[in-house]
Amino acid sequence: MSSNGHTLLSVKDLRTYFETEDGTVKAVDGISFDLQKGETLGIVGESGSGKSVTNLSIIRLVPRPPGRIVSGEVLFHGQDIMALADDDVRKIRGKRISMIFQDPMTSLNPFMRISKQLMEITQLHLGHTKSQAYEHAIHMLELVGIPDARTRVDSYPHEFSGGMRQRVMIAMALSCQPELLIADEPTTALDVTIQAQILELIKRLKEQTGASVILITHDLGVVAGMTDHIIVMYAGKVFEQAPTHELFDCPGNPYTKGLLRSVPDPAHEAGTPLYQIPGLPPDVAHLPAGCPFAPRCERAEEICTREYPPFVQLAREHFSLCHFAEEVYAQSCRERDAAQNEVSETVEPIDHQATNGQTRTKNA
Amino acid sequence: MPPESEEPALTPLGTTPTPPVRTRTGDIIHTAPEFAIGEADVRSAELHQTTLKGTSLWRDAWRRLLKNRLAVFGLIVVCLILVASLAGPYVISHTTGYSYDFIPKDSKLVKSFAPFIAPDGSFSWTHPMGTDNAGRDILARVLIGGRISLMVGIISTFVSLLIGISYGATSGYLGGRADNLMMRIVDVLYSLPYMMIIIVLLAMFGGRSPLGQLVLLFIALGAVSWLTMARIVRGQVMSLKNQEFVLAARATGVSTSRIIFRHLVPNTLGPVIVYATLTIPSVMLQEAFLSFLGLGVQAPLASWGSLAADGIQNIAIFPWQLIFPGVTMALTLFSLNFLGDGLRDALDPQMRKV
Repeated sequence: MSSNGHTLLSVKDLRTYFETEDGTVKAVDGISFDLQKGETLGIVGESGSGKSVTNLSIIRLVPRPPGRIVSGEVLFHGQDIMALADDDVRKIRGKRISMIFQDPMTSLNPFMRISKQLMEITQLHLGHTKSQAYEHAIHMLELVGIPDARTRVDSYPHEFSGGMRQRVMIAMALSCQPELLIADEPTTALDVTIQAQILELIKRLKEQTGASVILITHDLGVVAGMTDHIIVMYAGKVFEQAPTHELFDCPGNPYTKGLLRSVPDPAHEAGTPLYQIPGLPPDVAHLPAGCPFAPRCERAEEICTREYPPFVQLAREHFSLCHFAEEVYAQSCRERDAAQNEVSETVEPIDHQATNGQTRTKNA
Repeated sequence: MPPESEEPALTPLGTTPTPPVRTRTGDIIHTAPEFAIGEADVRSAELHQTTLKGTSLWRDAWRRLLKNRLAVFGLIVVCLILVASLAGPYVISHTTGYSYDFIPKDSKLVKSFAPFIAPDGSFSWTHPMGTDNAGRDILARVLIGGRISLMVGIISTFVSLLIGISYGATSGYLGGRADNLMMRIVDVLYSLPYMMIIIVLLAMFGGRSPLGQLVLLFIALGAVSWLTMARIVRGQVMSLKNQEFVLAARATGVSTSRIIFRHLVPNTLGPVIVYATLTIPSVMLQEAFLSFLGLGVQAPLASWGSLAADGIQNIAIFPWQLIFPGVTMALTLFSLNFLGDGLRDALDPQMRKV
């Protein structure tokens, strides 16, 4: 990824395996990426592709016994988190790297007042006294747009709606001004109107605090407007890695193309079925010898089932795991150019440099 | 101190106003601050405040408990007996001059009188429950016995709570090999004939001083009854520890012991309270059993068990010596059990079978 700026987080060949009765599940199998300061990275993939495990691995929260971080380095400011003592990792969690979880209904402790839960973090990491922490808790609730924060701070979680609980989670995650915020499907459990609010909130607070964000989602629409880079994961592996606009414009992997095609489009013609990638995600405990996507891939040829695909560099920051990456990439770029020409003929000239990944709307 | 000075970059979102927007028809729309999208939340918050104010888990449970007649009956009886055994002995010794261990000087009075019967055979309020063989007032002794019995029940239960919760929660949270080991220890302790062990303990170390005997009783009974408590708490913690709020707490850097005792244990309180209220009567029953065997509370101190043991020797001639302590104890145990059942229904409404 981009070499300018300060690299905040650098993940190198991370592998997290789970031992099950059924064999070793390679939930994360050789993931590498860099995250610059202030940048937002999207991690996209179907359920079970290893997105969440990747991020739990970063702060060493993978449940052990079954889970095991087999290899890899996670360099945070150049310091390997994997090599730290447990106590030192705990000092990073919540203070310098914090997480927002998928389901706000269950990620707050039902028996603790909101104030207590917010205060716990700052008392722990910033050494706040009770009254300092209390004021800070109110301040954080105001910051995330909870109305009447001073009277609501002493509520219990069940007195809050889902959207407000997710705001509380965000307030908690940002209490110590972390340098990295990991948002694990922060909007999946919320309804669509609340989703937009929460994403907007994360985006704003990120801009205000200058934090880097890793946004995990299976919704490409969510990452489109928010991220600088995107990683597409499949079966625990990085399938494609590119700057956001590049990925949307010229995907270099059949899997990414499939994902993009299956995004619902408001302009979609009624009556025609929505595209879906055939088949189901593979059983990661028993992966085939070749490309794990081969059985579902439209582009697959004989070599795909036989040989593991190479990780091809397509552009400066664009990589794809596919035997035919270059061919797919060239084809998508041609399609994009064609679409743009069409648009520029019918509407008005568009500055090619400024197009930012809105291929889908242009096709309409 | 509000930490604004430390983070100048952060401003509350609600305070960034956006300029009014003029629509095509010329109407000016005052868009609310940037967070107008959160308006629904604001409104729902107001609604919350007016309709849901003060509805806490405990208040709900309390309301459900009050609907349960047997539980309310139990609660009232338990409270009455508690008050009576705490205040009663003073009242009696101030009105009649009899305390639990007062043996009259006059040898004519050192015998068992029936309830409400004065030494001359006429009606009298002096001894509503009669006297025992030594001429001691049975009411005073029953109340003092209640004090001891309730104290044994409550303190032993408290001991079992303390051990059971920490042991069970730790075992459940750690899981894996540690859990296995800790629970096998519990299994082994379960399989020991604990009544025999208590009896041996009391027979070996007891009897030196009345207070020592009591303390030994607390420890012996508490040490036995924590086993089930540990199992209950462990089960609860195991079902809770995979919930996201625990992961969230870990992700904010909270230490393991804090997660166990601050985050998980409060969540197990419902079943723990229920089990504790049911432990009190069972411990009291065990105490009565031990005292009945002569291993528990020693004379002149009395517990319901030792009073019953005294009374049973004269059951044919002086039945009141057995009836009054027996009935009081049965009533208390009933009430505690009703209360415990009521609490279970109130605190865990899903479990309730309608």
